[in-house]
Amino acid sequence: MDMNTAKLKKNAFRVTKERGLAASRIRVPGGHMDARFLAIIQEIAEKYGNGTVHITNRQGFEVPGIDFTDMPKVNELLQSIIEGLEINQEEMNCGYPASGTRNINACIGARVCPYGCYDTSAFAQRMEKAVFPNDLHFKIAFTGCHNDCAKVRMHDFGIIGMTLPQFDPNRCVSCGACVKKCQTKSVGALTLVNFRPERNHKKCIGCGECVLACPDAAWMRSKETYYRLTLLGRSGKKNPRMGVNFIKWCDEESIIKIVCNTYEYVKEYIDPNAPGGKEHIGYIVDRTGVPEFLKWALRDVTLPEIAEVSSPLYWNGIRYSE
Amino acid sequence: MGFELSTGGVNAFLRELARTGRVVAPVRFEGGGAFTGTDCVRYAEVTDIENVVFDEKSRFSFRELLLPPSQTLFYFTEDSITEPTPETRDTIIFLRSCDLHAVKRLDEICRGGANPDYYYEQRRKNVKFVLMGCKKAFDSCFCVDMGTNISDNYDLSIEPDGDGWHLDCKNAEWEPLLRAQGGTETPVTPAHVTETKTRVSIPDDLDFSVAKSKLWDEYDKRCIACGRCNFSCPTCTCFSMQDLFYQDNPKTGERRRVLASCMVDGFSDMAGGVVYRKNHGARMRYKVLHKVYDFKKRSGFHMCVGCGRCDDVCPEYISFSHIVNRLGDAMKEVSEHAE
Repeated sequence: MDMNTAKLKKNAFRVTKERGLAASRIRVPGGHMDARFLAIIQEIAEKYGNGTVHITNRQGFEVPGIDFTDMPKVNELLQSIIEGLEINQEEMNCGYPASGTRNINACIGARVCPYGCYDTSAFAQRMEKAVFPNDLHFKIAFTGCHNDCAKVRMHDFGIIGMTLPQFDPNRCVSCGACVKKCQTKSVGALTLVNFRPERNHKKCIGCGECVLACPDAAWMRSKETYYRLTLLGRSGKKNPRMGVNFIKWCDEESIIKIVCNTYEYVKEYIDPNAPGGKEHIGYIVDRTGVPEFLKWALRDVTLPEIAEVSSPLYWNGIRYSE
Repeated sequence: MGFELSTGGVNAFLRELARTGRVVAPVRFEGGGAFTGTDCVRYAEVTDIENVVFDEKSRFSFRELLLPPSQTLFYFTEDSITEPTPETRDTIIFLRSCDLHAVKRLDEICRGGANPDYYYEQRRKNVKFVLMGCKKAFDSCFCVDMGTNISDNYDLSIEPDGDGWHLDCKNAEWEPLLRAQGGTETPVTPAHVTETKTRVSIPDDLDFSVAKSKLWDEYDKRCIACGRCNFSCPTCTCFSMQDLFYQDNPKTGERRRVLASCMVDGFSDMAGGVVYRKNHGARMRYKVLHKVYDFKKRSGFHMCVGCGRCDDVCPEYISFSHIVNRLGDAMKEVSEHAE
């Protein structure tokens, strides 16, 4: 049997353990889609696969057991999913090009979750439009609040939703619910002063627990949505580590710009001999030093006045070699 | 006198009223809900009738205009006190029939006794009411069973009708204003609902022995004692006092009164550390029975007006009307035990 495996992989299939069988990989940008696509995935699995579907860690579906010869038919079935999810495509009915930049994850966010500070899937999809398709190995994830259910700190770029709580003293009834919630569930940024909560802006992480706790709408969400951008978390066999705080009270436009700028930085500095042309950004930053990275990442970025940029940036993590 | 009036006519009328008063009505606060991307309908000053929300129930009631959540009663220095300048303009309040019946409760509580509430009176005396007709009840409403679905003690009634508005004016001073805005006379009876999806029945034999029922125990765990039911209720009037001293000059300060909730920690705390109703179930019992039992013993009518806001706002999905409907079984349970 002759099969160009590089082409197969580039067409969003996996070469599996079983000789001659592939797995079709269907990514779901932002992790949210119309239920009707499930029926197509079922059809692919039952007609061409082994009848099972794996739900992937990056919010996609992987349909195993597909005979190499059936891949064109699978691609035809995939067409309506690709169109419906607006996945980048080069040629109709031929599947879609897999990409070094991974599917952009999102927790369920404000579409459903009471804690979510923004529509995570929608922002993920806007980010996708800005960066896809791209061969560079970038992992980006969106989470609605500081609970970080999407584990964004394990990504190169983690986006955490924030709201800037607005206080109307005339509605406060001094019940203390906000202070208690902030203390027990969040960072303890609130204290009662003269019977009313006082917010320590330095401490506050904009989680919105005070807004949710307030029984009289004395606390409200800000009109603007803010984000915390975390930087260069990763897993892997060398030095897994959590992403660190980069910008607090950041805005959407700046985040997209920073990510796009980082692609330029990586193109400039990636190890030309990196296996498969992929290198975690963090290792590149380890090599060039943080100041050089920041020079590229923050080029032409105008942060909102409220934004706080962490400095210096230090990563820790686990080193298997030690 | 009934009138038919265009939107422009109603707005011109509201502008006339705004010369000497403030018009307050339920309006939509976009993004004002606790959850992201949700609105909050609550009271604020309006100039245009289009901004008054008719198709949704307000999260909070008109009550906060008569009894604000937080109100400074006076400021003090070492040797003097100063009262804030009271609102002297008319306050024209848009509200539904259930809420207009709630005014009767507030009046009974705050004006009824030998010592009327001075601060309530200050606000109450300048209030005029505009009844918002209800063509259809909301899911949680139970005004019909509480007998609050019809009101006639309004200055004006208003409801949308096609492109225009139907109004019934009982305020003699306002009639010429309506005519001047091109109002055409026509008989108008304010819309009211005659049936509600939620029904309640308060048992005739209800008495305080129901306090011994196991019914309340369930709420020890389910209720989180947040007080949303009280703060949204149009008939809750309880308040606490706060004397506070300004941080930059502790010799001056102010006295405030703020709404209190019988569901929230601290309400039944006594000197010496005694807490009368520690369990949330006991607080629920206290609240429910006050709304549909003991208040009536004193005043002759129930405190609850069946607006259903407490059901709408409970984050734990505890339904007040459901509890009321369980009282019959609870009475049976305690009477069987008594035998």
